[in-house]
Amino acid sequence: MRRITLWLLSTVAITVLLFSYRTSTMGSGGGDTVAVTPANNKSNNDSGGSTAGSTQTGTSTGNSTGSKTYEGSVAQTRWGPVQVRITVANGKITDVEAIEYPTENHRDQEINQYALPILHDSVISKQSAQIDTVSGATVTSEGYIESLQAALDSAHLS
Amino acid sequence: MTTARQNQRAWVEQIMGLPISVNLRGPGLTTPAVETRVAAYFAELRRIDEIFSTYRPDSEISRWQRGELTLAAADPLLGHVLALCDRAFVRTSGFFDARSLPDPLGGATRTDPSGLVKGWAVERATRQLPVGLGWCVNAGGDVLVTAADGQPAWRVGIEDPSRDGKILRAVTLRRGAVATSGTRHRGTHIVDPRTRRPPTGLRQVSVLGPELLWADVYATAAFARGGSALEWLAELDGYEGLVVSADGRISSTPGWPIA
Repeated sequence: MRRITLWLLSTVAITVLLFSYRTSTMGSGGGDTVAVTPANNKSNNDSGGSTAGSTQTGTSTGNSTGSKTYEGSVAQTRWGPVQVRITVANGKITDVEAIEYPTENHRDQEINQYALPILHDSVISKQSAQIDTVSGATVTSEGYIESLQAALDSAHLS
Repeated sequence: MTTARQNQRAWVEQIMGLPISVNLRGPGLTTPAVETRVAAYFAELRRIDEIFSTYRPDSEISRWQRGELTLAAADPLLGHVLALCDRAFVRTSGFFDARSLPDPLGGATRTDPSGLVKGWAVERATRQLPVGLGWCVNAGGDVLVTAADGQPAWRVGIEDPSRDGKILRAVTLRRGAVATSGTRHRGTHIVDPRTRRPPTGLRQVSVLGPELLWADVYATAAFARGGSALEWLAELDGYEGLVVSADGRISSTPGWPIA
């Protein structure tokens, strides 16, 4: 469980970094790598498994409703520090928020206004992954059979 | 075939060159009454296709295009759709222009309402669907849903234009439409009316709102606009947009739902 949470946390952090990277550079040449700096590893009492291979650690706090929040380490990016916090209840991420992100210029703020809600939605929706139908650029009759929509429909064809 | 979720049932037919799927939710999905309503839904779409198919030389739209049929003599739906095209032209400041599309057979431009007919027809025909059940209609990636009382809302995933079979975002809808325009499946089939060339700048535009007809028209027009699509979408009453730029950036109008 802890390993999974840590993995998710690092995924979340990296997603934030990708957003920062993609949006802030605005196509001005790639090639930068972003270092993810491990935070202090405050051991958690449900930690049981090996964390071999994990490059990401985090801190966690619990509350009375049984949900726990985990804070990712602060990652230093070219545009400033990025840190995310996720809330986990019953093994599922119920919330994700960036608690620190670049706000130095107007462009950053404009981007974060869009990127952070999108991040929030994509993390929550990907883990529950319950989709009934798919909206996409026009699927032709020939393309339908291979489409995600066909897979969704086929579960209910009689 | 009995499925795990017995309170939902799907039907799929190919009409207007599109895969059209109808999913119903609720009790009594195997009754003859429900079968009849679904058959009526598809029958209405086939009837509209007979009027509006530009691929059929004997359709009313083809005969009207060749000057062999007057609007007065044609099915009233033809005049109705041409009037909707004019309204779409005005509402999109000319970025949806059905009156001057390149003729696929070469030669001069011609009026082709096909880009509007699909959304309009798929929406209009839903009056045939059984009252009291929830339904989700998906026509080649354009979606219209209604959730019945006591039934869960529909979860509509927006396809990621860069990754096969992946979802970019999802919205939860009890009633409304999501239409998406892009270059992914058909290649470029939208023309920027200013340049008469395929638009550049965007990879995909999705529009969410109450009516499929207008969500579809606005998505097409926003895609044709390219870079200024988001600002334009943000000004539309009752409709929200999610835009993927050519370089993969995702942005949305402020009212696009978070989850």
